[in-house]
Amino acid sequence: MIKLENLVKSYDGKKNVVDNLDLEIKSGELVVLVGESGCGKTTTMKMINRLIEPTSGDILIDAENIKTYDKNELRRNIGYVIQNVGLFPHLTIDKNIATVPMLCKKDRDEINNKVKDLLDLIELPYDEYAHRYPRELSGGQQQRVGVARALANDPDIILMDEPFSALDPITREQLQNELLRLQEDLHKTIVFVTHDIDEAIKLGDRIAVMAEGKIIQYDTPEEILKNPINEFVENFVGKDRLWKTPDMLKAEDIMSKKMVKIGQSRSIAHAIELMKEHNTNVLVVVDKFSEKKNKIVGIVGTNRFKGVGDHSIKMKDIMKSDFVKIPHDMCLVDVLNIRKERKVRFSPVIDEDERLIGIITNTSILNVLAEIVPESEDY
Amino acid sequence: MKFLEYVTQNYMYILEKTGEHIYLAGIAVLLACAVGIPVGFMITNNKKVANVVMGVANIIQTIPSLALFAFAMSIFGIGADNAIFALFLYALLPIIKNTLIGIRNVNPSIREAARGMGMSRSQIMFKVEIPLAISVIMGGVRIATVTGIGIATIATLIGAGGLGQLIYQGIGMMDYEMIFAGAICSALLALLADFLLGLVEKNLTSRGIVKQDIIK
Repeated sequence: MIKLENLVKSYDGKKNVVDNLDLEIKSGELVVLVGESGCGKTTTMKMINRLIEPTSGDILIDAENIKTYDKNELRRNIGYVIQNVGLFPHLTIDKNIATVPMLCKKDRDEINNKVKDLLDLIELPYDEYAHRYPRELSGGQQQRVGVARALANDPDIILMDEPFSALDPITREQLQNELLRLQEDLHKTIVFVTHDIDEAIKLGDRIAVMAEGKIIQYDTPEEILKNPINEFVENFVGKDRLWKTPDMLKAEDIMSKKMVKIGQSRSIAHAIELMKEHNTNVLVVVDKFSEKKNKIVGIVGTNRFKGVGDHSIKMKDIMKSDFVKIPHDMCLVDVLNIRKERKVRFSPVIDEDERLIGIITNTSILNVLAEIVPESEDY
Repeated sequence: MKFLEYVTQNYMYILEKTGEHIYLAGIAVLLACAVGIPVGFMITNNKKVANVVMGVANIIQTIPSLALFAFAMSIFGIGADNAIFALFLYALLPIIKNTLIGIRNVNPSIREAARGMGMSRSQIMFKVEIPLAISVIMGGVRIATVTGIGIATIATLIGAGGLGQLIYQGIGMMDYEMIFAGAICSALLALLADFLLGLVEKNLTSRGIVKQDIIK
């Protein structure tokens, strides 16, 4: 675990580049520091491996203050990946990867095996690439080697300073995916700095949105998207962001909580009255009309009453009971697909205990989308 | 044909003078490397000091060689040591300058990566900066050597010998063969030295470095 406590960095004694910052990074998590340039994110990161010394405040790694370590010793045990890759052009790929273990004077065979494993891991075949020079590799391959080099000494912590931002979009996406794949196996504690909120949302277990040397919000990507703490975060994340990442919109976010329930033994006449009263064309039929126990047994829309002369027929005899129940955490894309496939207009949403918590209708979806899409732009 | 005759008759003398010449230029360049390369390193991090050092070296370079020899003679008297001192001063500028440029042109992100991986200052110097700058530094050494061999022909005027002696004696005696022998030998010596140092440079430079990468 990395703990930053009351961290301050000032270069001129007047303006704090990093301003009394607290942050706790759990082991095995990928935490993204994101913000505009000059917000102090890189400075914060570089204080973790003491490339920059804080003006005041402490950084603890596993409860041990990093000031107690020798600087170079500390850095050798923290992987470091930078934007411009920084491979040594005069050394072959295998020597580049072996840099830190060599500094630590590890056993030569052990180092060779490690290099082979790492080249395997980043999918650059040893025989083909080990003895090439960095300039003989593409930008994406170079940064893969940069990541491998950071892993060579088996550090628990890896710092990544905008590692993919100099790459073309396609390569960037590949490397992002590879990082996620690696992280699934390795579970390193990764501090990742970027100015790209898309990248932050894609990679981060947690995101720290920074501005003016402070952390404005520190939370999971979902929470930051759904519940931005203030206008700054909302604007930074972008109001249309949720729409760009529909996986993060869950059923419970697009459902309408206003639903009209009706007991299953009520009659059509009663149902019509209810619909008129609440200005709706769908009713949820529950087993018992009580507020507490809302076990849903069916739904009834106005179309069900067509051609039915006898208004005393009970709900349980006319309702649609083979409706599709939508779990509350199903994502928007899946919900839309189900609705399309099954041609349903009303989709009740249930929680873990199968209790009804809302209903998705075309209207409720439209309402949510209308909120998300910025008003100022013409579509 | 008279020239060949002269050479075959006097090859011992020519070799002796060539030996003196190599000694003068060689010792001067070695000393300049021993002083210039470390100085070049030390001033990379301090722009003000670098400017002062480069300014002094530039001024030395602008002094006409004959004047510098004469000036040195008035202090140290005549002899080889004196000539070596003057040649050393001339060799300093290209060596310091190229070392400075070579180190300064090392890509900052490479240095940052080295620091971030936990290399000490001296490890960065020996494992990263010198290997990356070596071809530029060697370029300075080559320039210093070639100009040193050229200027060393004047060293004879302060009694230091060398191939210049053949030329000046030749002029005095109106002996053109002697003049040619001195001139051609010193020219060949300069070419040979440049060629050999070129081989050394090539051997010291990693295949991974493209020269354009480090010279702006």
